[in-house]
Amino acid sequence: MSLTDHDVKNIAHLARLALTEEQVPVYVDSLSKIFDFVAQLNAADTASVEPMAHPLAGQVQRMRPDEVLDSDQHGKYQRNAPRVEADLYLVPKVIE
Amino acid sequence: MMSWETVIGLEIHAQLATRSKIFSSAATAYGAAPNAQANLVDLGYPGVLPVLNREAVRMAVKFGLAIGAQISPRSIFARKNYFYPDLPKGYQISQYEKPVVEKGKMQILLEDGTIKVVGITRAHLEEDAGKSLHEDFHGASGIDLNRAGTPLLEIVSEPDMRSAKEAVAYLKKIHTLVRYLEICDGNMQEGSFRCDANVSVRPIGQEKFGTRCEIKNLNSFRYIEKAINYEVARQIEEIEAGRKIKQETRLFDPDKGETRSLRSKEEANDYRYFPDPDLLPVVIEQDFIESVRTTLPELPDQKAARYIEKFGLSAYDAGVLTASREMGDYYEGVLAALKSQNLEGNEKLAANWTMGELSAALNKDGVEVTESKIDAARLAGLLARIADETISGKIAKEVFESMWAEGKDADAIIEAKGLKQITDTGAIEKTIDEVMAANPKQLADYRSGKDKLFGFFVGQVMKVTGGKANPAQVNDLLKKKLAG
Amino acid sequence: MTELHHLTLAELNEGLRARRFSSVELTKHFLARIERLNPTLNALITVTTEQALAAAQRADELLASGEAGALAGLPLIHKDIFCTDGVLTTCGSRMLANFVAPYDATIVEKLSQSGVVMLGKANMDEFAMGSSNETSYYGPVKNPWDLKKVPGGSSGGSAAAVAARLAPVATATDTGGSIRQPAALTGLTGLKPTYGRVSRYGMIAFASSLDQAGTLTYTAKDAALVLRDMAGFDPRDSTSVDMPVPDYVAALDQPLQGLKIGLLKEFFEGGLEESTGKLIREALQVYERLGAQLIEVSLPNLPLSVPTYYVVAPAECSSNLSRFDGVRFGYRCENPKDLVDLYKRSRGEGFGAEVKRRIMTGTYVLSAGYYDAYYLRAQKVRRLITDDFARAFQQVDVLMGPTSPTPAFDIGAKVDDPITMYLNDIYTIGANLAGLPALSIPCGSVGGLPVGLQIIGPHFAEAKLLNVAHGYQNETLWHRDIPKGYE
Repeated sequence: MSLTDHDVKNIAHLARLALTEEQVPVYVDSLSKIFDFVAQLNAADTASVEPMAHPLAGQVQRMRPDEVLDSDQHGKYQRNAPRVEADLYLVPKVIE
Repeated sequence: MMSWETVIGLEIHAQLATRSKIFSSAATAYGAAPNAQANLVDLGYPGVLPVLNREAVRMAVKFGLAIGAQISPRSIFARKNYFYPDLPKGYQISQYEKPVVEKGKMQILLEDGTIKVVGITRAHLEEDAGKSLHEDFHGASGIDLNRAGTPLLEIVSEPDMRSAKEAVAYLKKIHTLVRYLEICDGNMQEGSFRCDANVSVRPIGQEKFGTRCEIKNLNSFRYIEKAINYEVARQIEEIEAGRKIKQETRLFDPDKGETRSLRSKEEANDYRYFPDPDLLPVVIEQDFIESVRTTLPELPDQKAARYIEKFGLSAYDAGVLTASREMGDYYEGVLAALKSQNLEGNEKLAANWTMGELSAALNKDGVEVTESKIDAARLAGLLARIADETISGKIAKEVFESMWAEGKDADAIIEAKGLKQITDTGAIEKTIDEVMAANPKQLADYRSGKDKLFGFFVGQVMKVTGGKANPAQVNDLLKKKLAG
Repeated sequence: MTELHHLTLAELNEGLRARRFSSVELTKHFLARIERLNPTLNALITVTTEQALAAAQRADELLASGEAGALAGLPLIHKDIFCTDGVLTTCGSRMLANFVAPYDATIVEKLSQSGVVMLGKANMDEFAMGSSNETSYYGPVKNPWDLKKVPGGSSGGSAAAVAARLAPVATATDTGGSIRQPAALTGLTGLKPTYGRVSRYGMIAFASSLDQAGTLTYTAKDAALVLRDMAGFDPRDSTSVDMPVPDYVAALDQPLQGLKIGLLKEFFEGGLEESTGKLIREALQVYERLGAQLIEVSLPNLPLSVPTYYVVAPAECSSNLSRFDGVRFGYRCENPKDLVDLYKRSRGEGFGAEVKRRIMTGTYVLSAGYYDAYYLRAQKVRRLITDDFARAFQQVDVLMGPTSPTPAFDIGAKVDDPITMYLNDIYTIGANLAGLPALSIPCGSVGGLPVGLQIIGPHFAEAKLLNVAHGYQNETLWHRDIPKGYE
């Protein structure tokens, strides 16, 4: 299959990735090759096969007791934040 | 002109009343300082992983059992992918193909007294998002992630409701139920209980649904009714003007009483759901379900049916008294106290007072029934004096007001104010004699056939006794005496 | 004379306990080697000199008092994918070039409790996406066997560091071969345990259903020593398995008489270089001499493992990497004009080309209209491959074959063609899809470049794998080879 510039730009937008105009054709080329490559999967007979989301069969979700174990550490956690004011993470204005 | 039918389905988000978050051990308490309750998992830090809170699952199962739904033996958490500042991981952990609860139902009482069944398609567990604060930080928004990861039960109804009133009735029933079950505090101001409405209209008789709009931001029962009514009128107007309804999300503006379109984002619907690889299938064994079943309280509908059958209350009264677990508890507290004084058979009297004087006083002071200045035992003390005819119903209202204001027992107030009913036949006869002597003209008129003056004499006797004479006795004795 | 860096981890452990040398001496020895040799190799992103010396001092005290943990005083390098409290944790990305983790990954915590001394953090392919360590924001890592060659990836920094004797052990992670392929290309023993055996908590996720932490060491015995303290149930990881950890060291010397080895037919096809194939067959003869029985087995769906992987892994990564948005941590672009611009430029500038390619691949295969054709189908083929393995393990104890189709290739040789690069992992990916434990051990060299033998076992058969590898290493000396210039 071959993707178009438009396809790649749409995917990049959905994934929130800025691409330069020069990068677009590079990704059109390599992504098209990848989708051609994975198209081999169509050769497998998967008609009655259950999809597999986890590698270990029979494992089930463990549930933890409802306990509060954390104390306030926002100061430590916010040391990595690019912009903080009044203990809030700042982002360009959110318009609803 | 064409007649239109309204079609409404509701999506309710109920925050589950767990202590810690659905996938992390941070606290869920409301009102903490910004980001004080967002731990590494809630913040979506690199490398951290979610672990499911058993209590959230237990609460979802409890809800499922209460609405007669199927509990999925195996349900799956999925990721709903989208970018938004209040969503730290860039995806919300939710349930998509296999929710924990499926196919339940809820009865609602319509205004005409009939009962309608609203289908509940599903209820699934998911995590709440944080909050964007739009106060101005030099043109920026501030993000508080305390709420992120709070467990939500999303309750999705079938499009079974046909008016805003039905939608409100359904919403109130769910609101009552989640509080009965003690799985959600139901606080709409704090956002613990929220609702989105899917609204469409279609010509009466048409089977196919019209194009629907989703209305968000409905955080009070009043808004929901207003918003739906506005939206229905808007859609009819659009269609009648020859325009098409666009499927979109609309926001209710309570100040203007209008709904308005949210900027429609083209890719907004491409959430790329897929099973969350960090979480395994949730397997709910029958034993677990049975252990939850034993914790189910008597449900509102069951309780109302009992009130109707055992106490002879009307469906309306039973509905009001079971609208909250606390109101029902109060009412039954009054009955229990009366019973302890061997004053059974006063269920209607107790219902009337609980729904009448008591509810009015609570509303006036804006307090909950659990904070009532007159507790159930005290109200029963007052009702006991009505039942044993110590005081009349009219005097009882006066006593009630004093009880509310002074916080004393009925007996103490009756005693102090000398409100005890006069039931001594001799005393009442004496008063009647005095009244008859003081009003010879009226007596003559009455005896010549003016029956209507009977009421005048009753009034006079009550006036002289300060309202304390037993009304039934006054009636009997007056009739005899006036007859001469 | 034998120098400290010629000793295996097990030998160093004995020496420390016999007080032949102290942990401070050992730590200084390796720190000096790092200072001298790392600038050429570019194997480490961060060197934690002060912390290392302090930890070594503490270890010496504990060793003296007899209260030391099993690995007390042994130097180790962590792959920079593991969060280390208070230490830069970059994941090989510009996105995290300023990220100081506020917590320790579970394995970091567990190994610290055992007394290891962290020397630093190893370079890696960006977010573990790569097979050559060329996608790192910190530049390519060089293979100590030949500086023009790649060390493999994504744990290329860990592999180059251990191969160059900058540390006797490094942690690593394996999503599609990222421990085993670099082990093969640098002449080391690389162990990827069963999915769920080692906690993923604190390991920055690439593809959650495939990622597994493991070790790069000289010998299987060393791997057994470290795995014993690294493995185990972690209540913070829902996919961690609650099973007791066996004593891997105690199981090493089981005789291999009667061992049933499955030769994967498909592993001797598909681009395997003849010289590599020859070395693998020679290694198999060693096992025959030890009394093992060779049985040819076929896994008909195995050739689909690479395309399956390149749907599943990108799908999971596209979602896992959405948290890098320039808001709470990591790179943020200058002067974003609005929210979308903040996201797009922070991510566009913070991620490298391969990471972006995989995010886009994953976004596409999950998007409306393509989910069934790609993602769901890949999940179904994943089951077919897993079932193939399960059938094979009804017949044999372990499967053997090459780890990589070729020895180390030139830096830059495959960067322009993603498919060629992806096919490097043709022999390793199957074990990840099926969650199986697998390891690679050195079994010879071609033109001075090491070649790896891969051994795959059934779920939780780490003890058997280490036993089988140890048996070979008792008979051969490939694992003792040190690259020229690093003796």
